[in-house]
Amino acid sequence: MSKPTPVDDATFEKEVLQADKPVLVDFWAAWCKPCLMVAPILDELAEEYDGKLNFVKLDVDSSARTAANYGIMSIPTLLIFKGGEPVLTIVGTMPKPELKKRIEAKLE
Amino acid sequence: MADQRNYDVVIIGAGPAGLTAGLYTARAKLSTVVLEKELVGGQIANVEHVENFPGFPDGVGGYELGQLMQQQAEKFGATIIGAEATGLEIKEDNRKVVKTTQGDFETGVVIIAGAATRKKLGVPGEEEFIGRGVSYCATCDAPLFQDKMVAVVGGGDAAITEALHLAKFAAKVTLIHRRDELRATVLLRDRVLGEPKIDILWDTTVDEVVGETLVKRLKLNNVKTGAKAVLELDGIFVSIGFMPDTGFLKGVVHLDPIGHIITNDKMETDVPGILAAGDIRNSSVRQAITAAGDGATAAVTVEHFLNEQQK
Repeated sequence: MSKPTPVDDATFEKEVLQADKPVLVDFWAAWCKPCLMVAPILDELAEEYDGKLNFVKLDVDSSARTAANYGIMSIPTLLIFKGGEPVLTIVGTMPKPELKKRIEAKLE
Repeated sequence: MADQRNYDVVIIGAGPAGLTAGLYTARAKLSTVVLEKELVGGQIANVEHVENFPGFPDGVGGYELGQLMQQQAEKFGATIIGAEATGLEIKEDNRKVVKTTQGDFETGVVIIAGAATRKKLGVPGEEEFIGRGVSYCATCDAPLFQDKMVAVVGGGDAAITEALHLAKFAAKVTLIHRRDELRATVLLRDRVLGEPKIDILWDTTVDEVVGETLVKRLKLNNVKTGAKAVLELDGIFVSIGFMPDTGFLKGVVHLDPIGHIITNDKMETDVPGILAAGDIRNSSVRQAITAAGDGATAAVTVEHFLNEQQK
């Protein structure tokens, strides 16, 4: 069982940048309705990719510094980090199969 | 749960039209699946506050309204699946096959109640800066532009609503409109004209979105004088409406030149067993409540259609 775990400005460095596995960061906020639609898809994907890709979520409201560092101006935005560098940016909602396709292209 | 692929009714699109149609057909004991490619609730889900849907005197959140409609349809047995329709085939026995990103669904009746795509400006820089200052959802992104300079492109109800929402956060909102008057309803027009944070640039179109890592400015064009201008800002919200996304229906049902589906007043297309409801129809007035009304009409037509078939 693994669900996306919350990260914030304080834990981002350790949980994302220094992670030994690729990490998908979900930049979200409670006011953002499409973010709420993406969340259950990410819950499922977190299970499916357990062990291959870590899933975390960052609230852009309470962790504005990290969001600003990565120029997040639209949410939901998903960033995949590998070795501390963002390698994939996905802005907006999309159906699960399309999302999987994009993620898998970056995991190989 | 069995992976059901065969339904009495397949509804494409889970906005007010599709969810209302699904509520009615499910309640009529027809097995019903509603396919949604993006967000349940459709366009209305992105509206912060809906004031003109009857039954909610204090208004209702668009997302919440979509959720309520979903619950109500599901309560009577409709299934809602995240899938995008990519094709529609009619078999020799007149049954239909809806091809989707999640496989095929077979059915006697199809109600097309969605398939709209947000219009883009189609100017240089727009695609490049999506998520870095170019946005199509003010309800999602407005708080990220606290005390910043933003523009909204458009002049309809949706654009005005977005501009008013942005004015709660941004330092200044410039409404960029290609005509010299707003199409929006009088109430919204009065509100936007009375909002000190909102300026309106009339007769103006966007030539280019310019930036480095983030959006920095817009190059503008006055359509009457040809005068060029530059607007420095942090964000641009595009709200110029939706295009019917009916490419996959070409050659299947009768479309108007823009791509809207042509129906009669029972929501029937020219193909028996294929109906359309909501904004996707050529004569729709494109309101949430009329879309819901279309959905109900379509569902009642479907009941009659299936009863006739059984005789």
